[in-house]
Amino acid sequence: MELFRIKKDLPFMKHALVFNAISAITFLLAVFFIFYKGLHFSVEFTGGTVMEVSYTESPSLDTIRAALEKTHPDIQVQTFGSSRDVMIRIPNKAGQGQKLSTQSSAVFEQTCQLAGGAVSSISSVSDKGIETTRQSCQSAQKTELSSIKRVEFVGPQVGQELASDGGMALLMVVIGIVIYLAFRFEWRFAVSAIIANLHDVIIIVGFFAFFQWEFSLPVLAAVLAVLGYSVNESVIVFDRVRETFRNSRMRGLSVPEVLDHAITSTISRTIITHACTLMMALSMFFFGGPTLHYFALALAIGICFGIYSSVLVASPLVMWLGVSREQFIKPQKQKDEAVV
Amino acid sequence: MNRYPIWKNLMIGVVLIFGLLYTLPNFFGEVPAVQVSTARSSLKVDDDLEKRVLEILTSAKIENSGVVRDQASLRVRVKDIDTQQKARESVDRALNPDPKNPGYVVALNLLSASPKWLTAINALPMYLGLDLRGGVHFLLQVDMQGAVSKQIDATAGDLRTLLRQKKLSHGGVSREGDKLALRLRSEADRKQAQNIIRDARDDLEFAERTEGNDFWLIATLTAPARKSIQEEAIKQNIVTLHNRVNELGVAEPVIQQQGLDRIVVQLPGVQDVSKAKDLIGRTATLQVRMVAEGADPINPPPGVDVFPEIRDGQEVPHAVKKQVVLTGDRFVKASATFDSNQQPAVSVDLDSAGGLIMRDTTREYIHKQMAIVLFEKGRGEAISVATIQGEFSNKFQITGNFSAEDTTRLAILIRSGSLAAPMDIIEERVIGPSAVAENIQKGFNSTLWGFVAIAAFMCTYYMLFGVISTIALSANVLLLIAVLSFCQATLTLPGIAAIALTLGMAIDSNVLINERIREELRNGVSPQAAITAGYERAFDTILDSNVTTLIAGIALFAFGSGPVKGFAVVHCLGILTSMFSAVLVSRMITNFVYGYRRKLDKLGIGQIWKPGV
Repeated sequence: MELFRIKKDLPFMKHALVFNAISAITFLLAVFFIFYKGLHFSVEFTGGTVMEVSYTESPSLDTIRAALEKTHPDIQVQTFGSSRDVMIRIPNKAGQGQKLSTQSSAVFEQTCQLAGGAVSSISSVSDKGIETTRQSCQSAQKTELSSIKRVEFVGPQVGQELASDGGMALLMVVIGIVIYLAFRFEWRFAVSAIIANLHDVIIIVGFFAFFQWEFSLPVLAAVLAVLGYSVNESVIVFDRVRETFRNSRMRGLSVPEVLDHAITSTISRTIITHACTLMMALSMFFFGGPTLHYFALALAIGICFGIYSSVLVASPLVMWLGVSREQFIKPQKQKDEAVV
Repeated sequence: MNRYPIWKNLMIGVVLIFGLLYTLPNFFGEVPAVQVSTARSSLKVDDDLEKRVLEILTSAKIENSGVVRDQASLRVRVKDIDTQQKARESVDRALNPDPKNPGYVVALNLLSASPKWLTAINALPMYLGLDLRGGVHFLLQVDMQGAVSKQIDATAGDLRTLLRQKKLSHGGVSREGDKLALRLRSEADRKQAQNIIRDARDDLEFAERTEGNDFWLIATLTAPARKSIQEEAIKQNIVTLHNRVNELGVAEPVIQQQGLDRIVVQLPGVQDVSKAKDLIGRTATLQVRMVAEGADPINPPPGVDVFPEIRDGQEVPHAVKKQVVLTGDRFVKASATFDSNQQPAVSVDLDSAGGLIMRDTTREYIHKQMAIVLFEKGRGEAISVATIQGEFSNKFQITGNFSAEDTTRLAILIRSGSLAAPMDIIEERVIGPSAVAENIQKGFNSTLWGFVAIAAFMCTYYMLFGVISTIALSANVLLLIAVLSFCQATLTLPGIAAIALTLGMAIDSNVLINERIREELRNGVSPQAAITAGYERAFDTILDSNVTTLIAGIALFAFGSGPVKGFAVVHCLGILTSMFSAVLVSRMITNFVYGYRRKLDKLGIGQIWKPGV
């Protein structure tokens, strides 16, 4: 089976302006939405408490919300995964200090009273033989009404730090990659690869701003991993560009033709690889549950735009920056490519 | 011909066997076990304890299948959960004759079921993070400023005492922020004061300020002194936390320093947050009270508590007044030392407020008895009952008929009852059992189905070379899990996501190679030459592309925290193992399949389409 049957090099560079215009527009739209709508940051960045309570029977969200709003005006109550799992978000309020971390227990007690039960601490041994003690909300007949599935509390100090650490990580990735590419190829390649891929990052973040998807730490990890990954794409095309420039049989090709040739001869590999990685991301999206949902989504968007930007944005950029054959011919390195 | 030299095949074989060996423990699952650890710092986990536990089990007719011992705990493997419960009960009853005052923590735990020879080569199952085993996680911020501030207060008291002893009159020591200001009457006094202080302490820096007739000497703690105070403070807080967590009887608690001023506490299996938080957040468990002399400890009158003192294995009850003189948060330091007669003693430092209280108390109650009571598990124990020999304030010594070991223990006990610096919970995570089951299942499923999809695609698109690529990818999973198990890196849900993502990315190398081989064939190169050229030319590209991914991984590791770090570790390791498996393992298999054929006209790499045909 051969999916890509390309007779002649595809004239990508002829449409370079179009590609650049498309990416410029998406980029500007993304920037606009990031500033206009802002990101919906997860509790890790904003600080606050998120708790998931699983009920044995679907509770009424309105009742819970109405009751909790009396003590916590900014509370959010919604279902998570199934109708029996309820997620409650409580933002941090300034000046509460140590008290913040005890909110979850108090809120659990409140919801438990609403369901007509009382909180008690129960110890049990799992079927594997490990002892757990947990808080459980039980009715008068000792049947479990609800239990805490997960609690996450992040104090105000931590969020700030995570945001700045995330920024630092992004900066280090960019610097590291630019240095590596400049050292391995040429500054023109380094600059255009990084611009192309940073514009990916902005577009992914733009999606999160537009749809108001939750931007959490795993999403940040996904964005950075995708950045490293799609720079590959540019590297592979550039590798071909260099090889073509050095190839004496291809002397007659102009710069845009060399770029076209490089892109065309790598396009099948690009699409196959990305399709494979995308399959993995989609598998996480469909089977990974709510925890991996946005992580997988960020990966999927990143992978799709990665193909576009690293091939169709980076290459025209190299052209505008004035790449030429002479830059590669100078150190006439003859590599022995004998076949044994 | 495409053949690897024997040494290369051997090397790849050895690496794969390593991978297999260290991945193996993950398949055996876990068996129930009973864990014994000490609840008091004076008890040790040693051969005697092991012998005792085994004797107890034998006499209770409980079979065990092996004992694992490390410095802090002893674990005995048992057959099933029923036996585990029985074993726990009998060991607990025998080791802790007084259930109110247990010396050992006996808890249920799990042990790897892998055979002994695997454990002997240190092949252990992967270490699961809290989100895959359930429990609570706290991040505590230690108030370093508080620790330093306490020390500055104590220093102020020291300076006053020092100048009094040297009979240098001064206009008082006052605190100005982080500085201590001494008012002196003349330039000469100031010189002298500085010399006196400098002789006594080497952790202060001096500055001078003159305002009219006031000659000020400004003392500040030096940077190294501050640093050591902070290091000591965090160390002591960790010790205190350890003691308190022991009360919970958690099988494998993790208490670690993170960064300069933070402590992570992870308690697997515990979901009772409020109790855990109560324990961790408690500030003072140490109290100084006066002994109610003349009161009958058997029949205490109102206003008197009775606490036992354990001396030479005997419990001596003491009647102690209910009124608290001092609490543990007033203690700055306690260390084992020797008194002027070279007898072992414990030297104790209080902060300045504590010193003032102590001065008033000692003046009033001279030649009376004072008790230091430590509360553990809600139960008080008089760790020291001593007679006040003279008036003192913030520095004193406890002497008695002590051995050097006694004083060390007493100092530890005093320290354990006080936190060196206040702490705040700044992050808290609770993962319930249902969330754990969901995380494991979903993480596993997404990796599995992603792998299946990739394998199916590769095999149909590249035929035999696709099969080889799939085998190489499996080798990658094997090696990655082996390395993770070997390093005992913590596996979390983001870590599983990283395994999945790394596999998705690792296939890139094989796609590159296969596409290159096809391209060479398209250009009319012979099959053997196409294999060689395909692998060799693709290698440069593979290296480049992995380096950029690795750069991102390392940056994530360096700056990420919590879930991101777990992701980054697996991601970086996965990139390294993928280089090995995608290039070397797949080439080795290709060589075995094709390398030995003299006449080869076709490669099983799928249809090769040539333009113009």
